[in-house]
Amino acid sequence: MANNTIAEHVYVPFLEEKKGILSWLTTTDHKKIGILYLVSVSFFFLIAGTIALLMRFELLTPEADFVSPHVYNVLFTLHGSIMVFFFIVPGLAASFGNFLIPLMIGAPDVAFPKLNIGSYWLYILGTIILLFALLKPADTGWTFYTPYSANTDTDVVLMTFGVFVLGFSSILTGLNFIVTIHKMRAPGMTWHRLPLFIWASYATAILQLLATPVVGITLLLLIAERTLGVGFFDPAKGGDPVLFQNFFWFYSHPAVYIMIIPAMGVISEIIPVFARKPIFGYKAIAYSSLGIAFISFLVWAHHMFTSGISEVAATIFSFLTFLVAIPTAIKVFNWTATLYKGSIQLQSPMLYALGFIFLFTIGGLTGLFLGALAADIHLHDTYFVVAHMHYVMIGGTVMGFFGALHFWYPKWFGKMFNETVAKVAWFLIFVGFNVTFFPQFFLGVEGMPRRYATYPQEFKSLMSLSTYGSWILGVGILIMTVNLIAALFNGEKAPQNPYGSLSLEWQVPSPPPHENFHEIPHVTDWTYGYGKKS
Amino acid sequence: MDHSHGHQMDPGEAYSTSKLGMWLFLGTEIMLFGGLFAAYAIFRSKYPEMFLEQHRELNREMGAINTCILIFSSMTMAIGVTAIQRGKQKLTSIMLLITILCGFAFAGVKYVEYGAKFSHHIYPDTSIFFSLYFMLTGLHMLHVFIGIAILSTMLVLTMKGKFNQKYSTPVELGGLYWHLVDLIWIYLFPLLYLIG
Repeated sequence: MANNTIAEHVYVPFLEEKKGILSWLTTTDHKKIGILYLVSVSFFFLIAGTIALLMRFELLTPEADFVSPHVYNVLFTLHGSIMVFFFIVPGLAASFGNFLIPLMIGAPDVAFPKLNIGSYWLYILGTIILLFALLKPADTGWTFYTPYSANTDTDVVLMTFGVFVLGFSSILTGLNFIVTIHKMRAPGMTWHRLPLFIWASYATAILQLLATPVVGITLLLLIAERTLGVGFFDPAKGGDPVLFQNFFWFYSHPAVYIMIIPAMGVISEIIPVFARKPIFGYKAIAYSSLGIAFISFLVWAHHMFTSGISEVAATIFSFLTFLVAIPTAIKVFNWTATLYKGSIQLQSPMLYALGFIFLFTIGGLTGLFLGALAADIHLHDTYFVVAHMHYVMIGGTVMGFFGALHFWYPKWFGKMFNETVAKVAWFLIFVGFNVTFFPQFFLGVEGMPRRYATYPQEFKSLMSLSTYGSWILGVGILIMTVNLIAALFNGEKAPQNPYGSLSLEWQVPSPPPHENFHEIPHVTDWTYGYGKKS
Repeated sequence: MDHSHGHQMDPGEAYSTSKLGMWLFLGTEIMLFGGLFAAYAIFRSKYPEMFLEQHRELNREMGAINTCILIFSSMTMAIGVTAIQRGKQKLTSIMLLITILCGFAFAGVKYVEYGAKFSHHIYPDTSIFFSLYFMLTGLHMLHVFIGIAILSTMLVLTMKGKFNQKYSTPVELGGLYWHLVDLIWIYLFPLLYLIG
């Protein structure tokens, strides 16, 4: 560095800055940490997805002929726990959050780079502990409901401790992002010029910070229940099993917004680029993220309408639940308004974004059925819930995740993937997903409960249809994965800004240099000024 | 702080950045204890007689002594932080040492208290009240130990001359953590020992 100033300005992509395994394990570069998360969460997504295919395969016929009911319990516990704790909670927030936040706000890195890699190692540590417990195996489902979790012979203590460590990782990542967004914005990058993904990440980080400690203490209490004989959740000792559900959902309901809000942020970034129009209702979208975060703390008991809470409480929580629809609908309407009269280009990221709007809307609207007290009594714990949940989580979060992958892939890895193959994969995923999960709404309405390895003969046609759909979905995801991995090796070199975005991360080379910006940029406008003559 | 990127943060900015991070972390600690406080509120309203009767088993004198010890240690901590901001490394070291010793004294009193409970066959599974007592004070004790570890590190670094009037952020952050530990106890003491 002392030699001369010219040497500093030679462009070295961050991927080639340092090489070797150790440089990855000890890196403090947010872009590399983002890749570590991306690879980890994608790996677990594929594993848990494969487990889901096994479960669907068992459900092809009414009898338990492929696996026994007990193995089926183990499988859905594995599927749920891996998807929730290893993939979807850290998923978009930690992988794309890490990669994008400093680049989008014009910063060289996050506020606490060492804490950042520390969070990743906590994530890996928690993953190992939890996986170990899950494979023993575990059979509580991912929700650890008492009294079963307090009495089962499986290793709930180890399992909850693993989740506790993962929670710590999540808290520290959220803390890092909040401080980064407050303190590291480039000159001129005012709050109302921030890309909407940043607003979404900020709202997510608040949830991580405020909700995760509560699940932490809940899990500690469950551990104490099993080891010290503490009786908070045990009616025989004067405790209350429903208290566990209250505590658990106080975190876990906000947690579903930890899962979905970053995906909403992704959609807000993709749509204006491919509609070539400024985002419609910028402030409404930005503040609706905070609105969702706020309301998410007030709705937890809608998971417990059949758990024996009072009618007054249930009615209040039902009304509060409907409130979530308002900020959510604000987003959907503003995205749609952005599309109106836009010059829409249907490239793969945009297809995923449109898929998100379509599927997430179905997921959101069916959520209102479940929020309505009378309907919920009938639909609770049926396949309707399974279908709703997957429309929000796959139709929403995973669509957003895939969209983000295709959108920022050229920037992150400096390569272009095969667009035609990407579109074919998208089509299979979209069709396969709907064939898998749409029949489950009908199954639920007809009364088929979830979490059973067997079912009555009358549900055979819908159940089999759902299983066939899962095969199409599986093939689609496989093609997408192969396409993206192949592009790493034989993809064409990506230009700096293949999609013509105005956001800051596209104004540096692909992949970005280690230090992101040679000079910290001075921001003079928001990032959504599309369609104007420059 | 990582400075490998070449864009060095200016010291004032780095200071306020670290402080914001610490305050947010303290917020998560409040939420962690908040869950237990919520459990306390719920069970107290459910079993007021149990709380009234069983809180008498607790040793108020020892609780009061520990409260005094922690409040005193917060004072020495605050003096230590002010001292390092004025570059008085020796005074800071002494104050940190006193604070750490207070932490150990607190732990010692707590040890005697726990021992007395066990000898009367009172354990965490005795009743909901004692479940709460042991969980709340136990989790708090864990934080006291973490605080002692942090302040001991600060003591060693201060004695090595790492801090001065220009750079004292870690000492301040350690101090904030210690004040939180103190603050939580100030709520625990009346809730468990005094409220009848």
